[in-house]
Amino acid sequence: MMKIVVVIKQVPARDSFLRVDPGGAWIQESDLNYEINEPDAYALEAGLQLKEKSGGEVVVVSTGPARVASTIREALAKGADRAIHIEQEDVAGAGPLATARVIASALETEKPDLILTGLQSDDFGYGQTGVILAELMGLPHATIIMNVEVNGASLRLKRELENGYFQHVEMPLPALLTMQSGSNKLRYATLMGIKKAKTKEVRTIAGVQPEGAGTSIRIERVYMPGSSKQSQIFDGPPREAAAKLVEKLKFEARVL
Amino acid sequence: MSILVVTEQRGGAWNRMSFETLAAAQQFEKPVHAAVIGTGIETLAQELAGYQLEAVHAVSHPLLEHYTADGYSLALRQLIEKVSPELVLFPHTYQVRDFAPKLATSLNRVLVSDVVARHGDVFVRQLFQGKINADIRFTGEPPFFASLQAGAWRADQTVAGSAPVVPFTPELKPEQIRVKPLDIFREAERAVDLGAAEIIVSVGRGIKEADNLPVVQKLAEVLGAEMAASRPICDNGWMPMERQVGSSGQTVAPKMYIAVGISGAIQHLVGMKGSRTIVAINRDPEAPIFEVADYGIVGDLFEVVPALIEEIRKVK
Ligand SMILES: Cc1cc2nc3c(=O)[nH]c(=O)nc-3n(C[C@H](O)[C@H](O)[C@H](O)COP(=O)(O)OP(=O)(O)OC[C@H]3O[C@@H](n4cnc5c(N)ncnc54)[C@H](O)[C@@H]3O)c2cc1C
Ligand SMILES: Nc1ncnc2c1ncn2[C@@H]1O[C@H](COP(=O)(O)O)[C@@H](O)[C@H]1O
Repeated sequence: MMKIVVVIKQVPARDSFLRVDPGGAWIQESDLNYEINEPDAYALEAGLQLKEKSGGEVVVVSTGPARVASTIREALAKGADRAIHIEQEDVAGAGPLATARVIASALETEKPDLILTGLQSDDFGYGQTGVILAELMGLPHATIIMNVEVNGASLRLKRELENGYFQHVEMPLPALLTMQSGSNKLRYATLMGIKKAKTKEVRTIAGVQPEGAGTSIRIERVYMPGSSKQSQIFDGPPREAAAKLVEKLKFEARVL
Repeated sequence: MSILVVTEQRGGAWNRMSFETLAAAQQFEKPVHAAVIGTGIETLAQELAGYQLEAVHAVSHPLLEHYTADGYSLALRQLIEKVSPELVLFPHTYQVRDFAPKLATSLNRVLVSDVVARHGDVFVRQLFQGKINADIRFTGEPPFFASLQAGAWRADQTVAGSAPVVPFTPELKPEQIRVKPLDIFREAERAVDLGAAEIIVSVGRGIKEADNLPVVQKLAEVLGAEMAASRPICDNGWMPMERQVGSSGQTVAPKMYIAVGISGAIQHLVGMKGSRTIVAINRDPEAPIFEVADYGIVGDLFEVVPALIEEIRKVK
């Protein structure tokens, strides 16, 4: 029997059209759609499969404003048992240490055997929150995990390395893992699951920044990146654009 | 501002990104210290001693023979206390992702990860998979921590010189190392060598379904090109893993690389940025792939690719 915590983040949908605030402080959020961060969906899937194999409980945790509730519901509909919503505005400026501190304090009384996070968020892309959380909670961790096997009180893992290499590692429980996308098939929520989710517990707590949290970096300004190359980009009717491109490829780049 | 560069090696072989970080540090400020970690690292330390550095710290201990996050964090924390640098720089490798946030947290600091540029006191990193840039400033007391994106600085701009090698033996106990690293392996032998291809047509999630792949395969056929893909396509099993381009797949540099429905996340770009001519087809004019493209068409690939095939047939 394992208690598994899955830490999930709600992020702007992948194909969102992003615009920067006039002041350059942050992006305009009002017209965005949101979804679960992709690797976090795989972390949830891994957690649900482990529970199905060895029994136990899956608890999802998310930090963010009220809109995050929809992503939490979806995780419950897929089979998570209960949820903790740490309600907080302005997670944008907080930085990964502050976010991890808030999550760590919410998990103090939970004492999970295993914590799963995504390896990286699609919006801020720090790639750090999970590792920081492990350090704050005094847990061993491993990153970019493709496969998890539980053997009694220890884990055998498959980590991804660069250039198509992998590595096996072993570690004791309790532990924290940051999960890579793509290692499993994701399940859909069933109608039954959606119905059940409505009765499951969601504990909403206020996200209070612990003293001195995350004061060591500050996002000063955001903006659209410029191009590093002199690109020639064609648009308009596909046929005309294609003709222009082929001419360039033949006579300028000489690759045809 | 004094800088400590943490280099990366495995089994006596460098991760070449170490030298990009070294070059960046030399351009930033002086003095620059470098650290190399592991066992049997004398030759590597001597090699570093041939650069313009204040000192090379050879961090060695039997428990550092194989990389572990616990071992590296504890050892580097002790080195940082000894050298007291104001800025600690890392290459943004998978290994650094694994231990640097832990190290920074143990000193109550935040690592600025995956930095692409520096202007004065401001470090630039990308958000939203490369669609937005952010200027970040360190606040509070040093040491500050930053990791640098692959290819953002050039390794061939390191400055030669000479530096003393200073051995450093951290205090480590076996029970402090909680993770046990085992074998490193590859899943399967690679049957296709994309490195030899002159033209590569690469497909991303814009293709939507496996059933649509023939649209792009036809383009590859008329060009006599090899097919490749972004990671999600291979994860879905639509194309074999060995055709994945990027940091966890192959690195390619053909005469022409055509990216169809690929957004251009950095993990994909590092695998194809070196191509001679890059062509991108994407319906989003802000897609980061256009930042590295020589030529591009903004439009729906299901209209653009058939038109392109027709135009190519005319000139072939
Ligand atoms: C540790 C790590 C390692 C990774 N390794 C790799 C790697 O080796 N290789 C790799 O590729 N990725 C890798 N990734 C994943 C990477 O971050 C991106 O998620 C991935 O490259 C995105 O793939 P994509 O561009 O196909 O999909 P998306 O980002 O979803 O982009 C799809 C694009 O298609 C466009 N599009 C949609 N419909 C159409 C249409 N009808 N016509 C034209 N355009 C359309 C969209 O505008 C969008 O730009 C890695 C990630 C991590 C964290
Ligand atoms: N606000 C948040 N709420 C819940 N989980 C988060 C949040 N921010 C980050 N995470 C988790 O940490 C992982 C890495 O995020 P990041 O460090 O931002 O790249 C994500 O995949 C999530 O699992």
